[in-house]
Amino acid sequence: MKHFKLFFLLTAGIFAFSCSDDDEGPQIVNEEEVITTLTITLTPQGGGTSITLQSQDLDGDGPNAPVVNVSGNLGDFTTYEGSIELLNETENPAEDITEEVEEEAEEHQFFYTVTGSIDNVIYNDVDGNGNPVGLVFLLTTREPGAATLAVTLRHEPTKPNDGTASNAGGETDIAQTFSVTVE
Amino acid sequence: MGYPHCIYPLNMFKKFTALLFILSNSILFGQDCNYSLSGKVIDFHDNSILSGALIQVQGRGISAYSKEDGSYLVKGLCAGSYTLVVSHPECKPVFLTIVLDGNLVQDLLLEHHIEELEEVKVMGELVEDKTRTAQEQQLKTTTLEFYSSASLGDALKEISGVSSLNTGANIVKPVIHGLNGSRVLILNDGVRMQDMEWGDEHAPNVDINSAGSVSVIKGASALQYGGDAIGGVILMEQTFKTLRDTLFGKTVLNGMTNGRGGNISTELTKVFEEGWFVKGQASYKRLGDREAPDYVLSNTGVQETAFTFRFGKKNFTWGWDAWYSYFDADIGILRASHIGNVDDLIRSINSMQPLIIEPFTYDIVPPRQEVTHHLGKLNAYKRFEGVGRWNFQYDFQRNNRLEFDVRVGDDRNTPAIDLELTTQTLNTDFKWDANNEYTVRVGLLGRYQDNFANPDTGVRRLIPDYEKYDIGGFAIGEYQWTDHVLVEAGARYDYNRIDALKFYRISRWLERGYDQDFADIVVENIGNQLLTNPVFEYHNFSATAGARYKVNGSTDFRFNYTLAQRAPNPSELFSDGLHHSAARIELGDLRIDSETSNKIALSFEKNLNKWGFVFEPYANFVSDFILLEPTGVEFTIRGAFPVWEYRQTDARLLGLDLSAYIDWASNWRTEHRFSLVKGKDTTSDIALINMPAPNTTNRISYSRPEWNGFEIGLESFYSFRQNEFPPNITVFSPEQQQEVVLEINTPPDAYHLMGLYGKMDFTLSQQTKLGIGLTVNNLFNTSYRDYLNRLRYFADDLGRNIILQINLKY
Repeated sequence: MKHFKLFFLLTAGIFAFSCSDDDEGPQIVNEEEVITTLTITLTPQGGGTSITLQSQDLDGDGPNAPVVNVSGNLGDFTTYEGSIELLNETENPAEDITEEVEEEAEEHQFFYTVTGSIDNVIYNDVDGNGNPVGLVFLLTTREPGAATLAVTLRHEPTKPNDGTASNAGGETDIAQTFSVTVE
Repeated sequence: MGYPHCIYPLNMFKKFTALLFILSNSILFGQDCNYSLSGKVIDFHDNSILSGALIQVQGRGISAYSKEDGSYLVKGLCAGSYTLVVSHPECKPVFLTIVLDGNLVQDLLLEHHIEELEEVKVMGELVEDKTRTAQEQQLKTTTLEFYSSASLGDALKEISGVSSLNTGANIVKPVIHGLNGSRVLILNDGVRMQDMEWGDEHAPNVDINSAGSVSVIKGASALQYGGDAIGGVILMEQTFKTLRDTLFGKTVLNGMTNGRGGNISTELTKVFEEGWFVKGQASYKRLGDREAPDYVLSNTGVQETAFTFRFGKKNFTWGWDAWYSYFDADIGILRASHIGNVDDLIRSINSMQPLIIEPFTYDIVPPRQEVTHHLGKLNAYKRFEGVGRWNFQYDFQRNNRLEFDVRVGDDRNTPAIDLELTTQTLNTDFKWDANNEYTVRVGLLGRYQDNFANPDTGVRRLIPDYEKYDIGGFAIGEYQWTDHVLVEAGARYDYNRIDALKFYRISRWLERGYDQDFADIVVENIGNQLLTNPVFEYHNFSATAGARYKVNGSTDFRFNYTLAQRAPNPSELFSDGLHHSAARIELGDLRIDSETSNKIALSFEKNLNKWGFVFEPYANFVSDFILLEPTGVEFTIRGAFPVWEYRQTDARLLGLDLSAYIDWASNWRTEHRFSLVKGKDTTSDIALINMPAPNTTNRISYSRPEWNGFEIGLESFYSFRQNEFPPNITVFSPEQQQEVVLEINTPPDAYHLMGLYGKMDFTLSQQTKLGIGLTVNNLFNTSYRDYLNRLRYFADDLGRNIILQINLKY
């Protein structure tokens, strides 16, 4: 019977030992890699009013859809110098993610798809290996009319690629389409 | 029943007593030697009378047998101390010291059926049924050895009505009668596994090589294990010889072509004279990328390490044992399955092959899982003469799950999910089995569980921190009504309380309408998140009743009805986040309550000389059935994601399992299995998601035991197309700028796989046996996709695999 006593002592011991409670509340997690805000600034070559296209999604993967804002219409047959700014606005002050993409340019690429009155988008920057990144680009419009500009940011895409998102693979960090008017 | 319940080396024992006799023959001479010893030989267990027991007086050369009425008489004894050896052909011998100073009347107790040793009988024999009236089947050690290089889920598919929900080839979740996850309990040597079974891509954290036999009870009728097994119960058990003073073991080695690796498993058992035993077992498995017929399935390697260690002492009146088991797996998830948004998913579905194919490698990179499971158990039992058996058990489990997503920058090597689940359980039960006509078993359970979600992941928790308390009690009984009819019934009550601390995004909190229903659980408002303290209690009741009618020796009819209730699991309540591996947002619901199942199962079994069959229809009506299905799309800056929501509805599952065998000639045998299950959401009249497709397995084998156990077989597996599935959803594709149908529910085509196997055994010495087996799976390298493989959107299933097995027993 002494085995039994030993057995119960052992059991009780383990139970007592492992029941230590941690009374601290859980620590909040604020996601770090989140991009909440994409702002494209289009400045006409040779001067003029800049147009901004913005998509802001403050709740990240939450239920609210991004809020899309286009500041004005584009001029016809005009070439714009485009630049991109990425922010994480869940932090205060907002964290600039653009720098992170610049630092890891080899592992990132923006892809642009246009329809309607936007004629084309041409990359205006390269990474350390001479492949396009797309933080800076040139956008040219055609005759007046409706147009869309779709922007996709991929991380770890195949580089070089044929300039389309579907060829590049990788993971999508941003996929946003802007409807604009060319006048 | 009907087996001798204890087996021991009679011959050795006889030699031993003979030796003692010679040595001590010369001691007690010249005294007044006319005393007698008499009494009855009685079964300790049920006080029944044992005839034919041999009573030997050590050192005197005197012996006697008990008569028909159990009485015995030993004459011609002197005053003094004697050692008696009492033995019976079906029992372990008992050594007993008596002191005589006159005639003595003493009853002698023997243990007739030692239940503790029963699971042991002989290796490979069927294990005793856990219920008498439910649909129940077992896998023997030989079958488990055959699947030594695969997983538990793969082996269980040998049982009709059991299929699997896969995430690739390495994550295999058993599905019983169309249900899986928290509805299927897995008991690992009496311990209910607490290994986060709630996730679709969470495989049981068990090593198939650590089990000696596996039983499957299709349904919740085995109430002693839990009242919430709406799908069924899987029991992994030890088989273990109880020969005294023996040392034995085995080693199984497998090599396979698909994955270019293999595994090794080895075990050693030592049993000592006094009932002490010690057993150790260890396995290691390593596979590189698996291959489909046309391409490498990149990042599908696996590495698994497991070991168990057990020691204890078993006697027939009492015993205890301690067990520790460790399991660790590092599992690669198909690289191409990790996708960004709904457009990536559309592209994957439309592409006929994975979007990422790289050369073969053994490396496992993200996305991957690393799971570790520790299990410790202490068990003790005591038998009370003529009453029954009391059992007590404590177990401790710690499950750690790390899931690594494809991440960039500094977070590259940080898991996206890091959960630690700690569970402690106390169990006790008492079984009255002294009476041959009825047995009654009652038990109690207490469990405490703590989940810790590590915030260092930098990703919002998918499952929150929580504490959970379970208390349960059951009573089950069976009654042998007539020689042919046995009835059983049982009831169980379970109380569950879950106390969580969860952060909600305010936007999600509002979208779910929790501000209306759960305003009182908010603890703190932190920026754009709320800390909440949901506390829920569930009272669940389950009951079973059944009957078994043995028409004659070859025909058996069973009926069983079971009511079962299951409380929602943490995933169903709290899921809230983006699952990258499936590119979907999964949402639980705090309002979800217990689901209730009413299941009727019949079984008709016939075993004749040349053929036999089992016919098992069932109907399962589940009210408030909890299911996860696609409901729509949410837009984020990363694109659109399908939303999968948990909801409750009423469901009906109707099914049929059929298995048969025919011995055509002495060496030729065919086996046939067919399973069908139809699931319907009866509230909205649509098919249930993820119901296994009807399938049939047919096998022909040729065996010549006299040629070194030669056996060869050809197997055909045919899976029909699942034609009943919920409708697909329509999503807006930002890339295509239009609404498109997302074929997320469309099942793949039917497929047919052939397999070939052969084996031989060689006796190397009296103790040593060598078995060699060769198996070819997917013989014709057929390309196929299975409806219940979550990676079916991305890649074909496994191509041909040739497995060589060497099995050494010693």
